[in-house]
Order: sequence, then C-alpha cells, then structure tokens
Amino acid sequence: MSQGLSPIAFLTRTRRPGRIGVTDILSWAWLVLGTLAVLIPVVWAGLSSFKPAAEITRFPPTLLPRAAVQQTVPGFNAPLSLWTVDVDGQPREMAMVRRIGLKAQMVDPSNPGTPVSVDVKTMSPVQRLTIATENYTDPLTRFDFLTFLKNSVFVTFVATLLTLIVNALAAFALSKYRFRGEKAIFVLIISTLMIPLTVVMVPAYLVVVGVGLVDSLWGIIIPTVASPTGVFLLRQYMLTIPDELIEAARVDAASEFRIFWRIVLPLTAPALAVLAIFSVLWRWNDFLWPLIVLSSRENFTLQVGLNAFQGEFSVQWNYILAMTFLSLAPVTVVFLFLQKYITTGIAGTGMK
Amino acid sequence: MSTPKATDLGGRALDFVMGIVEAPINGFERLMGRKRMPYLFLAPNLILFGIFTFLPIAIAVGYAFTGGTGLFVSDRPFVGFDNFRQLLQCEDYLRPGSCRESLFWTAVWNTLWFVGFNVAATLLVALVTALILNRAIAARGFFRAMFFYPVLLSPVVIGLIWKWFLDRNGLLNAFLQMLGVPPEIFLLDVGWSRFFVVVVSVWFHMGFYTLILLAGLQAIPKDLYEAAAIDAASPRRTLFRITLPLLGPNLLVVLILLMIRSVQIFDEAWVLTNGGGPGTANSFIVQYIYQMAFGSDLRLFGLASAASVLMGLVLLALTLIQLRLGRKMES
Repeated sequence: MSQGLSPIAFLTRTRRPGRIGVTDILSWAWLVLGTLAVLIPVVWAGLSSFKPAAEITRFPPTLLPRAAVQQTVPGFNAPLSLWTVDVDGQPREMAMVRRIGLKAQMVDPSNPGTPVSVDVKTMSPVQRLTIATENYTDPLTRFDFLTFLKNSVFVTFVATLLTLIVNALAAFALSKYRFRGEKAIFVLIISTLMIPLTVVMVPAYLVVVGVGLVDSLWGIIIPTVASPTGVFLLRQYMLTIPDELIEAARVDAASEFRIFWRIVLPLTAPALAVLAIFSVLWRWNDFLWPLIVLSSRENFTLQVGLNAFQGEFSVQWNYILAMTFLSLAPVTVVFLFLQKYITTGIAGTGMK
Repeated sequence: MSTPKATDLGGRALDFVMGIVEAPINGFERLMGRKRMPYLFLAPNLILFGIFTFLPIAIAVGYAFTGGTGLFVSDRPFVGFDNFRQLLQCEDYLRPGSCRESLFWTAVWNTLWFVGFNVAATLLVALVTALILNRAIAARGFFRAMFFYPVLLSPVVIGLIWKWFLDRNGLLNAFLQMLGVPPEIFLLDVGWSRFFVVVVSVWFHMGFYTLILLAGLQAIPKDLYEAAAIDAASPRRTLFRITLPLLGPNLLVVLILLMIRSVQIFDEAWVLTNGGGPGTANSFIVQYIYQMAFGSDLRLFGLASAASVLMGLVLLALTLIQLRLGRKMES
C-alpha cells in the first residue's frame, strides 16, 4: 500500500512526516477528550430520551434504552413480566404470576401449568432493547408541545423572512446611495450592537405593552426584526456589487425597487444565506425575551414551554429529554449541512 | 430567500405579489424622485429600531428614577435617587446580608465570582484549543466543527442536558460509582453547583472564542515562523516570542467580549440551577432584574431599572475599552 493511501499515515500526518512528537500526542489527547466532552452529555440525553419512564431513573443506568419484557400467557388476563430464573442450576425464562414476600410464583410461558415457587433473589428481569416512542408522542398529543412547536416554527419562519427583507432594504440604501445623514444612520444602527437586551428589558417590555403586542407571537417577532448584525453583514456584501450594474439598469429605466429586487438581492444571496442561518438559530433558541413577553401557555415557544414543563414535571425526565431532543434536532441538522457557512460567517463578522 | 425559479407556479405567484408591492413604491419614486428612495428603503428598519431599541434606551434611564407599581411612566411617581439608594445602601458590601437589598448584593458577588472563573477558564481552554487547531493536524475541520457545535444550541436545551447528566441518577454519578465514589447531588451543593455553572458555560461558549482566536492565529504571517525555524528557535520560544505577542490584541478583544457576555449570565444558569439555587448560590444580576420586574406580582420596575442602569454602566465601560482596543488594532 502506498504511503498516501495508508489510513495510519493519513491520521498521523503532521508538519514533519514520519515523526510524532510529544506535542502531537498531547494535542490529539486534548482534541479527542474535548470531542468526548462535547458529545457525551448530548448523546447521553439522546439515548435517555428513548428510555421508558420506568427505566429512566434506574441507577446505575444502562447505556441503551431497555425495558422489561411482558408477555401474554394463556390462562391469564393481564400480560405477565418475564424473568430469568434459576431452576435446578439452569437459567430459564419464566413469567411471574404474583409475588409474595421473598417468593414469587412463576409459570413457563409456553407451557403454563401449575406455578412454581421461586426465591426472588435468584431471579432477574428479562430486558430487551425497547424504544419508548411514547416519550415523543405523548408530549405532542397529551401536553401542549405541538402548540409550542408550531409557535416556534411560526416565529422562526416569519421573523427570518422579515429580517431578510427589512435589513436587506436598509443595507441596499446604505451601500448603493449617497445621501444626507448616510454615515450618521449607519453609525446609529451599528451602535445598537453594543446594547444588550438584558439592560433594556424592562423598558422594552413597557414598549411592547404600549404597542399592544404583549403575550402575542408578534411581540417576539417584530422587536427583533431590525438587526444591526444583519444590516452590517448585508451592507458589507452589497458594497462589493459593482455600481455599473445598477447604472446600466437605470439606463434601461428600471425603477429603484426593481433594481433592488431583480439585481442586488439575487447577487447578495450568499450573505442572505448566512443571515438566514443566523436568524433561524437566534429565533429557535431565544429564551429570555419570549419568557418576558409571553404569558399564556398557548403562546409559548418551544424553549419557554420546555422551561415551564421542567418546572411542573420535574420527575418526568423521559418527556423532558424527548422534547429537549426534538428542539435540538433541527439545529443539529442545520449545523451538519451548513457548518462551513456558519463558522466562516462568525469568523468573518465576529458575531453570533 | 426562495428563488423564483423553484417552481413555475411559485415564481408566478411571487411575481404577482411583487407586482402589487412594487406599484406604490414606484409611485413614491415618481412623486419624490430617485434621491429620496434610500430614505424609503431605510424607513422600516429605522422605525423598528426607533420603537424597539432607541425608545427603550431613552425610557430606561428615566424609569430608574420612578417608583410605584404602574407600568407607564405617567402612572409612576418620581422618586429621585431612591431606587439607587435602596440598591446601594449597605453597611458592609462584602457581606450581602448587611445590605438593604441583600439579594442584589448576593447577585453582584455571585456574578463577580462567576465572571472571574468563567473568563479565566474559557480563555484558557479556547486559547489552548485554538493553538492546537492552528497546527497542521489531521481532521482539523472535524474538530473545529465539534467544538463549535454547542454554541448553536439553545441555553434551555443545554441547561436540561447538563441537569440530566449531573442528576442523582445521571451518567456522572454512574461513572463515579464505578470508581467507588459515593453519588452526589451536584446541583444541590453550593460549591459543586457553582463549579458546574462555570463548566457548562465554558462547554457552551468556548467554541465561539476558539474560532475568533483561530482566525487571529491564521492571520500571523507564516514567514515569521519560517524565520524562527531557520534560527532553530524552540517551540516554547516561538510561542512566547511570536505567537502570543502577535495574538495579543485578539486576546484582549476576546477577554473584553467574554467579560461583557459573562456579566449577563442568565439563561443556561437559570435552567440548570432551577432559578439560581440551591438557595441563592447561583442567582446572578440579570436574574435579580428579571425577578424584581417580572418574577413576582410585585413588579418592582423602578428597582429593576435602577439595577439595569448600574449593570449597563459597567457594560458601557467595558464596551468603550473594547472600541478603543479595536481602533488601536486597526491602526
């Protein structure tokens, strides 16, 4: 096998081929441990979200979701639980009829004759890999999670669409026109980057009450539409579009809005894509602002709903984890496919 | 944005909608002239900024000087510096119990401790990771993506994932039991819960700072390292004489940014610690503001605003330092 194709040579390739120093080993150890530290809590929550309610609090926990097996035995109305029982030194699978103190009455599931009395110390439950889909279906049907999910999708979609339009229009004005107050307006918009929500949350709440948007999904969409990050990102990109294109369109008597819609916007697509990804992530994950603005349950977003849910059902981890995973899944999918855009977008603007 | 070409029907529908939208805008252009168009394009943005960003800033300061429980400024009596006096009145600032607003000072001290540990830990972890990722190491893109992944998750999700991981029946306790260590309810212990709030914060945000530092490292000219190699400089010397001094400005910016963000710790800590517990061990300033204003029926908007203003001043000072550093870096 040639050097270039060997997987070992590929994995250990460093600046000086053939020599692996202590630094390389330490570097690898750091990276691998870091990756494990990132993955383990997430994967653990994911695996746990498939465990049945009875299994999830078992300690020490099993790695994979398992559940006790039940079987219908002829002659008994309710399904019986299966146990591995030691009978005369031979392990056998038997169904438990009832349990009295330290003894249990067991029958052979395939041949239910007279029950045998067995010492409970010698038996252990038969467990099989079981995926508790009810963890996912119950919250969506019995609790309000479908509503929360719908609200989150609505907010994310509408807010992202409006963010793209409103900020692209502003960026177009700030990049392709010379007008009085241009610089002042740009500085004014950018300066709001420095003002965190936490400082203005009380008066911002007052304003939202004042305009009648409190406890409404629009109350979390509209105040976040104008984004200094968005204006900045799109303006910097639009500056690179040659003005000659616009001049040529004007010669052809295109209206200014048509120039924006037909020429500038399509050429800004890569920057719009980056802003769209950011916007989706912001809205999907947003917590503090929806927590303040929304008060009735039917308006909760997924994040606020999850927070409320964990307060009410502090023991029902199977449901909480399933909904956590449901909220995490779209972000993970977005990340898997658009990882490059996101990282270069952040490295390029220094914002998130 | 969906392209009009996606489907013919969708394209035609979009054209139809844009035709309706376009008409009044073109009418405005014919009436007012091309020179005024940028103002029209800026209008939606500026109106929204005005109402939802500038108006609150203007109100914020005024609000802090009013009392009562009314929401609108007109319903609120002017109380001068009373709110600030209430926040700042204290026999001994080191003992929050001796202060009139003991909750506020507990939150201030908790926040300061958190900022100290979190900034140091995040900076260290991010710097080491960035230095390693800057080496010609295999699967670099994979690792960079891996470390960055938590940055994209929601704070509520992160709080819950870690709460489960640290649960009495959680994975960490299972692991400790394998080593023969008795299980611990980490989030009900003052020391452990504070420790894990920092751990979770580092876990959550370090990827972001790693990315910024990595960009800084990659901007260092390669010929400097070549020259160092020719001089047979040791790796340690290269690190301390070339890499770190040239990364200095980036490090400072990251440091300030980290401080600004750490002061505002709320979401993930709130979820992880069930609202700042045990007791008030993890109650931070933003939580104090939130609880004063929205947490109970008291609705102490004036007190909350005064606390916001105080925190805002600290953040403003940090931001001004950051801007100065940024300007210095550019020149």
